[in-house]
Amino acid sequence: MLGYIIRRVLAVIPVMLLVAIFVFALLRLTPGDPAAIIAGDMATPAQLESIREAMGLNQPIYVQFFTWVGQLLQGDLGTSLISRTPVASMVADRMGPTISIALLTILMSVALAVPMGVIAAWKHRSAADYAVMTFSVLGFSVPVFVIGYILILIFSLKLGWFPVQGYTPISRGIGPFLSNAFLPALTLTTIYVALIARMTRANMLEVLGEDYIRTARAKGAPERRVLFRHALKNAAVPILTVIGTGFALLIGGVVVTESVFNIPGIGRLTVDAILARDYPVIQAMILLTSFLYVFVNLLIDISYSFFDPRIRY
Amino acid sequence: MAQPPEPSAAMQPVLRVLRLPLGIGPKIAAAVLLVIVVVTLLSPWIAPHDPLTMDPLVRLKGPMEGHLLGTDNYGRDILSRVLIGGRLSLYIGLMTAIVSVLIGLVIGMIAGFFRTADAIIMRMMDALMAIPAILLAIALVALSGPSVGSVIAAITIPEIPRVVRLVRAVVLAAREEPYVEAAIALGSSMPKILIGHLFPNTLAPLIVQGTYILASAILTEAILSFLGAGVSTETPTWGNIMAEGRLFFRIKPELILWPGLMLSLCILSINLLGDAARDMLDPRLKKRAG
Repeated sequence: MLGYIIRRVLAVIPVMLLVAIFVFALLRLTPGDPAAIIAGDMATPAQLESIREAMGLNQPIYVQFFTWVGQLLQGDLGTSLISRTPVASMVADRMGPTISIALLTILMSVALAVPMGVIAAWKHRSAADYAVMTFSVLGFSVPVFVIGYILILIFSLKLGWFPVQGYTPISRGIGPFLSNAFLPALTLTTIYVALIARMTRANMLEVLGEDYIRTARAKGAPERRVLFRHALKNAAVPILTVIGTGFALLIGGVVVTESVFNIPGIGRLTVDAILARDYPVIQAMILLTSFLYVFVNLLIDISYSFFDPRIRY
Repeated sequence: MAQPPEPSAAMQPVLRVLRLPLGIGPKIAAAVLLVIVVVTLLSPWIAPHDPLTMDPLVRLKGPMEGHLLGTDNYGRDILSRVLIGGRLSLYIGLMTAIVSVLIGLVIGMIAGFFRTADAIIMRMMDALMAIPAILLAIALVALSGPSVGSVIAAITIPEIPRVVRLVRAVVLAAREEPYVEAAIALGSSMPKILIGHLFPNTLAPLIVQGTYILASAILTEAILSFLGAGVSTETPTWGNIMAEGRLFFRIKPELILWPGLMLSLCILSINLLGDAARDMLDPRLKKRAG
């Protein structure tokens, strides 16, 4: 078990290194001179040159890359060109809203999607099954910001149940937090539920056709035990996988949802940085979110062996 | 004896489609998509107004005579903008699907066939997939300028790893088949094995995957425009119209709802057709997805 975990962790290192190379190359290969952005429109060539020198932009590209990686390994994510503050502290300030909404989303999605998928597979070709399938195709087809605006229109503007936009940290009480965070989380939940419910249903259908399910029913196991103990546990690995790969979708969704609901989180930070061409912040944010994705999928990989003891590489 | 009249040659393809063993859902989806595509392509001729003409006298008006869906904050006709806006959205989606399938096909065949290249290519694809697609796309557009070409490139690049993985898996499975081993043993040239024996296996899954990419590319284009990293805002696309509508959402939600409805209907029909194509081309998958 420990050997497996160590091997999985080691396998992640080359992927992370490649991500770092991609992110670095992305900003260096696209047109646009970071020094020109800092200096502004009025800069003289001599000023530009001194800024380049100070930023290390005159050094060979591989030296720049290793300097950057060296700083990253020391926890230095760089300094914003625009606000002149360290990126690490900007991220720390904005992390709270994003993480709490993402966690609320995952919680709501799994709580909704897994029972939906199980019921759809259990009552295959029933009205419930078609309802779940319709919902999941819709979830893939309506842009997340349109869902957000429709929810605002119905629940905030027409019914007045929730504030239209904004964010209250959880430290000011669970009620105020939820009144702001519920609609954004619900918006994200619609897409995530679509993905997870579809996968749960497909894998439950497959597992429910297995011999051991018939055996379990034949020996008189209660239906609930058959569904959740015998079937769902065996369908768990692909469901977990899709929760992990869907995490990328969730990150993308968070970026959009934070714009719709005006939430001061990491997504807004990233979009603002990209639109302002704040290179160090863009680099750090894309890198951090990618690493987060790799890390979440690593955790899920490791959890496989809990659900399926046969997995021992 | 009177023969039943032969359907004219032009009707043959239509009849063939109608006789396909499809459920009612995919047929409705095909009809909806056909209407959207035809209306969008013909929009320069059927749109009631020029989509860019401003009329300060009728700003943010509801449905009225001459403006079936009302007007936006500059007094431009919403119906005309939604119709014309679909052209660029569909074009970007289609180009993304074609380009990413072609590039993914070539890289995937190389990875599946040449074992030395496989490990390196797949690690690169893993890394590319780890970067959140939306962030990568907005970064690419913001850094290389808001042209149609850079938007297509920005949506294409994150889609490529998915195609590569699919093609590689198909090629790996196919090269173990006796007829491919026989071809290798008989000394067929490599291009002949790749193109003649392995490539045909990838076609069916690629058609399905291409359909899904088309749907997700149209969606991504809208998100990019919405975040301000899409095609220049002077050109209406479904995403741009919605992005401009944000500021007036409280007084005129139709500015987001109409283009959103067209976009969602379009993507929904493409997804349903993709599911139908998957079931038809690979009956084994049907059992899984029902």
